[in-house]
Amino acid sequence: MPFKRYVEIGRVALVNYGKDHGKLVVIVDVVDQNRALVDARAMVRSQMNFKRLSLTDIKTDIKRVPKKRTLIEAMEKADVKNKWENSSWGRKLFVQKRRASLNDFDRFKIMLAKIKRAGLVRQELAKLKKENAA
Amino acid sequence: MAPKRGTPRISRNPDLIRGIGKYSRSKMYHKRGLWAIKAKNGGVFPRHDPKPKPASPAEKPPKFYPADDVKKPLPNKRKPKPTKLRASITPGTVLILLVGRFKGKRVVFLKQLPSGLLLITGPFKVNGVPLRRVNQSYVIGTSTKVDISGVNVDKFDDKYFAKVAEKKNKKGEGEFFETEKEKKNVLPAEKKDDQKAVDAALIKSIECVPELKAYLAARFSLKAGMKPHELVF
Repeated sequence: MPFKRYVEIGRVALVNYGKDHGKLVVIVDVVDQNRALVDARAMVRSQMNFKRLSLTDIKTDIKRVPKKRTLIEAMEKADVKNKWENSSWGRKLFVQKRRASLNDFDRFKIMLAKIKRAGLVRQELAKLKKENAA
Repeated sequence: MAPKRGTPRISRNPDLIRGIGKYSRSKMYHKRGLWAIKAKNGGVFPRHDPKPKPASPAEKPPKFYPADDVKKPLPNKRKPKPTKLRASITPGTVLILLVGRFKGKRVVFLKQLPSGLLLITGPFKVNGVPLRRVNQSYVIGTSTKVDISGVNVDKFDDKYFAKVAEKKNKKGEGEFFETEKEKKNVLPAEKKDDQKAVDAALIKSIECVPELKAYLAARFSLKAGMKPHELVF
C-alpha cells in the first residue's frame, strides 16, 4: 500500500509526545533524516523528532521557512483549525478530552441519559417488530 | 502619686549604630535634667526608702519531704488545632464516603467540627444518612457543590455526638439473673427534629438542581474500565 501522507514543507502534524502534546504544528523545514523544524501560531519555532509527530491530512501552502506572519496567514488560508475540528480524528480527540474531564455528577447524568436513550430505542424496535409480525 | 503610664518611655539618646548613642554621659546628664532634680532636693539625688513589707507569718518547715527527687515535666502549653481541611472540601461539597455503614453514599458536607471531624448529612430523607461525623481521610471530595446558605449548623459540635452515659446498676444478685434491660437506643425526639430542620433547607436547594436528588440517592461504585487515578471527581 503506498503512503498517502508525506513529510513536506507545509504538512500539518499533531504532536503526540512531550510538552506540546496535542498541538497542531506545521512542518516548516527538514533538518535531517530524523528531525524537522516545526512552527505554530502559539509556539516558538523549534526542532522536533519525527517520532513525536503524527502526520495529518491537512497541508498548508508555504515556502521553506516562512516568516511567522506569513505562516499564520497561510494557516488561515488553508483553514487548518476548522478542517481539523471537523475531521473525525479531531472530533475524536475532543470527545476523549471531554470524557476524561467529566465530574462524578456528570458521569451520573450521562448514565441516566444513556438508559433513557436505550429505553426509547427499545420501544421503537418493539413497535417495528410488532408491525413486521402483523 | 503614681507616674502616668500612658506613654512608653522613649530614650532621649538616639542610636547612631546599635549600641552607640549620639550623646555622651555628661550631655545625657544635662538632657535628662538630673541637675534640676538634684537642685530641687538640696544637692543630693532623692532616694526613697523601700516601703516596709507587711510582716509575713513565720514559715514552718514542711512536715513531709518526698523520698526521691521527682523531676517535674516541662509545661506544655500547646493548643490542638482542628486538622487542616483539604482544599477540595468546602461547606456544601458533595462527598463520597469510603468506609463504614454508608460506604459509597454521596453525602453533603456541612462544616468542620472543632475535633477536626467533618459534619455531614445525607440528607436523611434522600439517602438515609443522618447527621453524622466522618473523618476527612475516609472521604472523596467531589467538585459538585450544594448551596448551603439556608442551613444553620451552629448548634452542632462534638458534645452533641457524645454517647449518653448510662446509669450504672448497683451490684445485686438478683440483677445477674434478670435479662439485660432493653438495649434499644431510641433516638431522642430532639435529634430527629434537628435532622428535619437541617434537611428542610438543604432539600430545597437540592431540588433546584436537576437530577441532583437522584445523584445523592445513588451509591458510588467503581465499574469496569474506571481507573481511580485517572478519574476526575
